[in-house]
Amino acid sequence: MGKRTIIPFGPQHPVLPEPIHLDLVLEDETVVEAIPSIGYIHRGLEKLCEIKDFNQMVYVVERICGICSFGHGWGAVASMEGAMGVQVPERAEYLRTILHELGRVHSHLLWLGLLADGFGFESLFNHCWRIRETVLDLFEKNTGGRVVFSICKVGGMRKDISNENLKEMQEVMNGLKAEIKEVTDVFINDASVKNRMTGVGVLTKEEAEELCAVGPMARASGVPQDIRMTDNHGVYGKLGFEPVLEEAGDCMARTVVRIREVFQSIDLISKAIDQIPDGPVDMKVPNKIEGEYITRMEQPRGEAFYYVKGGGTKFLKRMRVRTPTNMNIPAMVKTLAGADLADVPMLVLTIDPCISCTER
Amino acid sequence: MSERVFVEQNFETVDLSQLIAKVGDMKAGGYRLGQICGVVLDDDTYEIIYTFDKGHQLYNLRLDIKIGEEVESITGIYWPAFIYENEIHDLFGVQFNHSALDYQGKFFKISEETPWKPKK
Amino acid sequence: MSAYVTKSPWVVHYDGSSCNGCDIEVLACLTPMYDVERFGIINCGNPKHADVFLVTGSVNEQNKGIVKQIYEQMPEPKVVVAIGICACSGGIFKDCYNVLGGVDQVIPVDAYVPGCAARPEAIIDAVVKGLGVLQAKREAMLNKVEKVEEVEEVVEDAVEEPAEEVAEEVKSEGGEE
Repeated sequence: MGKRTIIPFGPQHPVLPEPIHLDLVLEDETVVEAIPSIGYIHRGLEKLCEIKDFNQMVYVVERICGICSFGHGWGAVASMEGAMGVQVPERAEYLRTILHELGRVHSHLLWLGLLADGFGFESLFNHCWRIRETVLDLFEKNTGGRVVFSICKVGGMRKDISNENLKEMQEVMNGLKAEIKEVTDVFINDASVKNRMTGVGVLTKEEAEELCAVGPMARASGVPQDIRMTDNHGVYGKLGFEPVLEEAGDCMARTVVRIREVFQSIDLISKAIDQIPDGPVDMKVPNKIEGEYITRMEQPRGEAFYYVKGGGTKFLKRMRVRTPTNMNIPAMVKTLAGADLADVPMLVLTIDPCISCTER
Repeated sequence: MSERVFVEQNFETVDLSQLIAKVGDMKAGGYRLGQICGVVLDDDTYEIIYTFDKGHQLYNLRLDIKIGEEVESITGIYWPAFIYENEIHDLFGVQFNHSALDYQGKFFKISEETPWKPKK
Repeated sequence: MSAYVTKSPWVVHYDGSSCNGCDIEVLACLTPMYDVERFGIINCGNPKHADVFLVTGSVNEQNKGIVKQIYEQMPEPKVVVAIGICACSGGIFKDCYNVLGGVDQVIPVDAYVPGCAARPEAIIDAVVKGLGVLQAKREAMLNKVEKVEEVEEVVEDAVEEPAEEVAEEVKSEGGEE
């Protein structure tokens, strides 16, 4: 056994937009063990449910994460609507699905950019983010916000999106496909990118199941695990959803899954806009919550849990969110063991860590 | 308008002595650990909810404990549970015994100790 | 030589306990749509290279020391910009048990950018305003102004009225001793 060295990684590190700390135990250049420690951005926002009523809690939950903000808002209202036993108007469900998929496109493009930056391909990073701005413009036009929208509320949507705007959105997104393809082809075909990612950080199907990985991390290892396959999540059942699967389980596979999901999301948006019915987007709901309800959402990073427990008043007794990164940290720790030190940033990035989600 | 399909809410109450056997059964049945969540019921009772998933169907185990009671760790069965157990330890002050990866209260470094624990 | 520091300020970014919203907007500033590199601004990972410190999110017990350490490692003169309402005051998370409040609880802040999330235009405007403060601090250093009040005066003169189209607030916190 060689001499062991412990190298601290983070919390302030050039590849990390967010603080996570890893103690990397090294033998020469090889990682033997990685010990994660978190808590740098723990805010304790779940406890705010004691002083904010359930309508206000939606705003708080949306601010768990600025990237999958819409999905968190939807998850929170879906769990509260579940506890109340209400069915929101169909148009609202369609609008939520459309915005959620739009959020996935923006999140995956953002991640592809960060990944490119992680392996030192800065122009690719800039191209990904340039394309992403088009998606943000659509958000801004239709909801008023670029990052946090607060358009989802218990009982439906705060405002409708007109059919003309939806048609425009459909055109813009379909037009974006060619541009995205140009960029994503570089990830798939470029020799230097392949070199960095193929065969690096392999997570087998058995390991993914054993470590309870979720989202693109699990799907890249061939585990068909996507909440959008179930019929109680938005209108995915009506859109004919099939999960994107890859078999290799390495960094490349995780990238390819996300690239294919970008195109899939654009198709889903297009289909949903073709099918969307007219009608109201909002309904009256009780102003108190009783009972408990667990629901799940497929966020860009994977499956997220929302648990609410009402106390018969407008205040919740407990609002619990379990986010995808939480469940992917064990898998990340597993893939880190045995990796080269120079590959650590790549491995950390390919789980698409969202630390503010993890710590809430 | 189509009817909303609600997520099936399967809850089963277990007690401390059954926990490990029950969780072992879930593992043998091919379930995946979804999450563990702590809830404050009243001034001296916590509820810990273990959620499992198989084929997108949820199954929950509900465990009621008195504050101060110690719980057997399930990290021997589901290793990823260490994240939740350390979190509940740091936020609620529940002691998990025989954990495979115990951070000894250093998982979340927070200004206030066990902020969720009811103040007497 | 004094004229050049504001022509190419380097920034270092730290995420306090932000939700990512402001972080991705800070990064968006660096990309082709907003392109702060036209002001000579480069994002660097090393605090010892940096002139401007961008902080997003509020401070807590855990990252207090890190924020302070990054600030102390930066060479004089330096400017701190608090981005987003959380960095200004704690925002929606003000009442959380693990949040101390705005960044100014730990280090002096020169420019505040409100908003949830702060818009890229506002961030750019604040950084450019911060450069005025940087220049003033530099001049004060070069002229060896010893009295603190004089430094404050110079700094205050440097901060103009905020641009109207962008809802942002610039406050000066005075010079360093």
